[in-house]
Amino acid sequence: MWLSFRKPEKFKVYWAEVMREMVSQGIGSLGIIAIISVFIGAVATIQTAFQLVSDLVPRSVVGGITRDSTILEFSPTISALVLAGRIGSSIASQIGTMRVTEQIDALEIMGVNTPGYIVSPKIIAGVSMVPLLVITSVLLGLGGGYLACAASNTVSTADYLSGLTDGFNTIIVTVCAVKAVAFGFIITSICAYQGFYTSGGALEVGQAATRGVVYSCIMILFADLIISKVLL
Amino acid sequence: MIEVQDINKTFGENEVLRGITASFKPGKNNLIIGGSGSGKTTLLKCIVGLHEPTKGDVLYDGHNFTDMHFTERVHIRKEIGMLFQNSALFDSMTVEQNIMFPLNLFTEMSKEEKLDRANFCLKRVNLEGKNKLFPSELSGGMKKRVGIARAISMQPKYLFVDEPNSGLDPLTSILIDELIAELTEEYSITTVVVTHDMNSVMGIGDHIIFLYNGQKWWEGTNHEIAHSDNKELNEFVFASKFMKAAREKL
Repeated sequence: MWLSFRKPEKFKVYWAEVMREMVSQGIGSLGIIAIISVFIGAVATIQTAFQLVSDLVPRSVVGGITRDSTILEFSPTISALVLAGRIGSSIASQIGTMRVTEQIDALEIMGVNTPGYIVSPKIIAGVSMVPLLVITSVLLGLGGGYLACAASNTVSTADYLSGLTDGFNTIIVTVCAVKAVAFGFIITSICAYQGFYTSGGALEVGQAATRGVVYSCIMILFADLIISKVLL
Repeated sequence: MIEVQDINKTFGENEVLRGITASFKPGKNNLIIGGSGSGKTTLLKCIVGLHEPTKGDVLYDGHNFTDMHFTERVHIRKEIGMLFQNSALFDSMTVEQNIMFPLNLFTEMSKEEKLDRANFCLKRVNLEGKNKLFPSELSGGMKKRVGIARAISMQPKYLFVDEPNSGLDPLTSILIDELIAELTEEYSITTVVVTHDMNSVMGIGDHIIFLYNGQKWWEGTNHEIAHSDNKELNEFVFASKFMKAAREKL
């Protein structure tokens, strides 16, 4: 792992690789994150409203609950699980293919610090792009909730917007940010590790990708529990 | 000059290399030959540092490569070029980017100088004008030649070639062999070729090491191989009827 963060041979070449990874991970995942977030936000709002049908509970509470659950859990965790499949499998299979086709050996022969050149740009891109994707997911999730309110008559949009701002505690944003960075690191490092130590052929590359995604998902849920317990 | 001294390599219980000692001289085509599983590629990987020998040393011009730290090895590795069995070109890069990759990382050349060097290397392997093609758009022989162009881009002192003829037709194989031999002589490179192609052995084998069961079984030149009385070597080299007939005519 420490070899991944050694001083690069040439910063410019590594920087170009980081940028390429950021585009691939960030822009490449935007579509799926946007679709999932809007639907999750809308469904969370409808289901919360369904469970709180009572004259004793103000309608604006639906907005508050949707906000907290979206920021604390739905956006970071579900986005991370989706990204583990989208980014993680791509990383593991890409590096695994490089390994079995001797491209990593070719880099080593040239004197390139291969973990640094191959793995670190992916981790840097992961810990920077996953938080941005999670922020996007939060905004779109809350937007999805608004659309659900506008489309149904259970909660008015005014009540929903009022609920979003009432009793806002900034700690949930901190928790969300910590989770996003941790999940970005987990996805990229685990999948890169699985790909880097692949041996064999096409079958093993597929197995490495599967292992990477499964281990990432388990570690994401474990980290989710730890971070929630420690910070809340 | 490259020297290997008493190299042993085991994978678990499996002893792949057993006490191999040899030296590879500059300006010569040094061939490592042997049957499948004899340890040819393992020996090559031990020499270039992709495998760590269980025992023994590898010396590059007297410097013990086996004992070196990663940062010290980088200095030697900048002088190494290697052509892999499957060429190992970077899929995401064009032919030109593949050749310029080590130049981008390890030299202070300007972009124009790097382009000139890439064009020179491509011309040297008869692939002028193929700069913008991706590896997926190349034939097997072209990939090998791009691999050679990339290997010589840093003007290496040592060139390692793993099975240069695998998957190639006989004519292309001969062209690749001739190219390797020309480059070796032209730049006085220490070239080590792993092969079991008999055309290569007879065509460019200035210095041949025959491995058998992980041991150095025979050593000599392509001229000496025809008159060797080594039983295992003869069984390997003259396995086909054609080669047997050719030997009788010698």
